[in-house]
Amino acid sequence: MTISRRDLLVAGAGLAGAAALPGFTPGAFAQGAPMPDFKPEPGASLRVLRWSPFVKGEEEAWIANTKKFTEATGIEVRIDKESWEDIRPKAAVAANVGSGPDIVWVWFDDAQQYPDKLLDVTTLANGLGAKYGGWYDAPALYAKNQGKFIALPLATIGNAVVYRDSWVKEAGFSEFPKDIKAFLELGKALKAKGHPMGFTLGHGVGDGNNFCHWVLWSHGGKMVDDSGKVVINSPETVAALRYMRELYPTFIPGTESWLDVNNNRAFLAGEISVTANGVSVYYGAKNDPKLADMAADMRSTNFPIGPVGKEAELHQTTSACIFKYTKFPQAAQAYMAFMFDAPQMNAWIKGASAYCCQTLKAFAANPVWTDNPIHKPYSRASETLRPNGYSGPLGPQSAAAMADWIVVDMVAEAATGQRTPEEAARRAELRAARIYRG
Amino acid sequence: MADVTAGSAGRRSWWAGIGQGRHVLGLLFLLPAAVFLVLFLTYPLGLGVWLGFTDTRIGREGVFVGLENYELLWIDSVFWLAVFNTLLYTVGASILKFALGLWLALLLNQHLPFKSFFRAVVLLPWVVPTVLSAIAFWWIFDAQFSIISWALIKLGLIDHNINFLGDTTNARLSVIAANVWRGIPFVAISLLAGLQTIPASLHEAATLDGATGWQRFRYITLPMLSPIIAVVMTFSVLFTFTDFQLIYVLTRGGPLNATHLMATLSFQRAIPGGQLGEGAAIAVAMIPFLLSAILFSYFGLQRRKWQQGGGD
Repeated sequence: MTISRRDLLVAGAGLAGAAALPGFTPGAFAQGAPMPDFKPEPGASLRVLRWSPFVKGEEEAWIANTKKFTEATGIEVRIDKESWEDIRPKAAVAANVGSGPDIVWVWFDDAQQYPDKLLDVTTLANGLGAKYGGWYDAPALYAKNQGKFIALPLATIGNAVVYRDSWVKEAGFSEFPKDIKAFLELGKALKAKGHPMGFTLGHGVGDGNNFCHWVLWSHGGKMVDDSGKVVINSPETVAALRYMRELYPTFIPGTESWLDVNNNRAFLAGEISVTANGVSVYYGAKNDPKLADMAADMRSTNFPIGPVGKEAELHQTTSACIFKYTKFPQAAQAYMAFMFDAPQMNAWIKGASAYCCQTLKAFAANPVWTDNPIHKPYSRASETLRPNGYSGPLGPQSAAAMADWIVVDMVAEAATGQRTPEEAARRAELRAARIYRG
Repeated sequence: MADVTAGSAGRRSWWAGIGQGRHVLGLLFLLPAAVFLVLFLTYPLGLGVWLGFTDTRIGREGVFVGLENYELLWIDSVFWLAVFNTLLYTVGASILKFALGLWLALLLNQHLPFKSFFRAVVLLPWVVPTVLSAIAFWWIFDAQFSIISWALIKLGLIDHNINFLGDTTNARLSVIAANVWRGIPFVAISLLAGLQTIPASLHEAATLDGATGWQRFRYITLPMLSPIIAVVMTFSVLFTFTDFQLIYVLTRGGPLNATHLMATLSFQRAIPGGQLGEGAAIAVAMIPFLLSAILFSYFGLQRRKWQQGGGD
C-alpha cells in the first residue's frame, strides 16, 4: 500500500478540519517541495515510546491523530508511556540491544548519544522543512548529526516569565522590564512591597537549568567554545554571577532548595510575584475556581535581554527518533510525516494548550498562540532556544555537563555568597574540564 | 550369579549416590539457589565492577580504560564531597538510630498498657514506602510551607521560615532527621525482640545482689543484647550508606551538592549524565566502605568474651 501526501491530507482533512484553522495556509509553503512518498511495508505495525503527558489535551490529540493514521493506512500503532526521566535509559537500552520501540520521543541531546543507531530521516525532515517554512535553528541542531537528520524535532517545551500584573504595577512598573537592569530594579521594588520574586536555584531539572542558563547566556558567558574548549571562566560569566549576587536578595528565601515543583506551589499560594515556568502554572490557577482572581491577574513574557543584546534561553526540547532496527522504516516515516502534516500537527499543538511550541516555522500561525495572551511568549520557545552546552557540539559531554548541574551549582554558589563570583566560575571551569577532556 | 549381584549392587550404589548420598543430592538442591545468586547477584556485581574499568556510555559499548575512572574521581571534588556526605550521613544517622532505637526498645519492653498497639504503631514509619515518607518530609521541610516553620512562627519563637533544604548545614541535618525517623522502628523492634530473650531470672538475681538499674543494663542487658546489636546495626549502616530515594526526592543532592551521597552521585553520573563507566566506578567505590562496616561488626561487636560479660 502506498500513501501519498494527497491521501494523507484527504484522510486528515475531514477530521481535524484544517480549513477551520484561521491563518494557516499550507499552500503557501508547498511550492516546489514535494513530500517524499513512503511505501509502508505490508503488514506493518508500529510501537511508539513517548514521555508521560504533562497536559492531558496533548496526549488526547496525539492519540486522535494516530487513530486517523491507522484508519487511513491500516497500520496499527501502539503508544507506550514512560515517566519523562525514564526515557533516556530506556531509549539507550533499545539502542544498545537493537530492539524495542520503533519510534521514541527523546529529550535534549539524547539522539546525539547514539547517532549511528538512528534512521537517517533527512529526506523526510527536508521535505517537512520545505513545506512548512523551515525548521527553527536550535531544535534542528538537536536533531542533526554531521549534516543528517537523525531525529525529527518534535517540540520545544517553552519556559517563560510569569508574573502578577497588579503587583508589578504596584511596584511602579507599568510594563514588565525588557532589560536586566530594570529587572533588578523591579525585583528590589517587589521585595520592598512584600511580594518577592522566586526563581529555582536548586537541582530542578527543568526550571533550575532554564533560569541559570539564562543568567549565564544573557551576559555572554558560555560553557565551551565552538571546538569544545571550556571557556566558562570568563569576564562575561563573572559579570553574570555578580548580577546574580545582586538579584538573589530580591528572591523569596529558600530558592536554592527548590526543585521543579516548588516555584509553582509558591506562586499559586501567592507567596511570590514573579517566576519562570511552563504554561502549566497558569493552568494550575485557571483550573482552580478559588484562584480565579489570580489567573486573571497573571501575565507572561519572555526573559529580559542582557548585555549580550539578544534573547538566548534554554527550554526543554524533545525529538522523535526512528531506530534503525525497526522492521518498518517506511511505515514509521509515513506515520511521522502524517503526524507532522498540518491538520494533525495543528490539532496537536492546539491540544497541548501552549505547552508544546512548534519546531516548524509555519505552525507559529496556530491559533493557540493568539487565543489567550498568556500563551504568546511560549510561541517563541523554538526561536529563543539555545542548545545546552552552547556553543560546543551536542553529544555525551554536553549531556554530562548539564546532568552534573555545573551551571546551576555555579549560579547558586555565587547567588548565595557561598563562593565569590570569581571562585564559582573557576570551580565550574574545573568541573567542566573533567567532562570536556580530550 | 555373583556377577549379577555385583552388577545390581553397583547399580544400587549409583542410585544410592543420587538418592541418599549427601554430596550429589545436596549440590542438586543447592543448584536453584546458586543459579539465582549467580544470575542476580554475582553477574550484576561483576558487570558493575567491569563497567567501572571501562568508558561505557549510554548508547555506546565501552573499552577497557584501566583505572582512568578512579583517577578522575580521585581529583573530583564533587566525588569527595559525596564521600564526606555519605560518611557523615551514615555515622550521624546510625548513632541516632541506635540510641533512640535502643531507648524505644527499652520503653516498649516495660509493662505498658496497650503494649501491642504501641508496638504496631512504632513500626509504621518502616512500613510506609520510602518514597511516600520522603514526600511527606519534602512538605515538612518546604522552604515556604513547612509545618515546623509555621508552628514556630505561630508560637512566636521565630519570625521567618526556616531554610531547611536550602542551607547546606540545615539540609544535611534535615535529611539525617528524615532517615532517622524512618530507620528507628527497624532498630527498635529488632532490639525489642532481643530484649525479650534475656531471661528475667538474671535480672532478678542481680536485683537481689543489690545491682542498680544502670548496672543491670550495663552488665546484663547490653552484653546479652550485643549479638543482636551487631546484626541490627550492620544492616542499619548498610541501608543508610546506600540510601538513595530519600535524597532523590528531597534534594536531588542539592543544595550545592551538600546532600549528594555516593549512591545518588553514581546514579546522576550514570543515567542522566550518560557516563555509565564513571557511575559504576562510584558504586564500586562504595564496596570498601561497606565491607569494612561488615568486618567491623563481625570482628568488633561479636566478640564472645564481651558477650559473656567478661572484659576484652
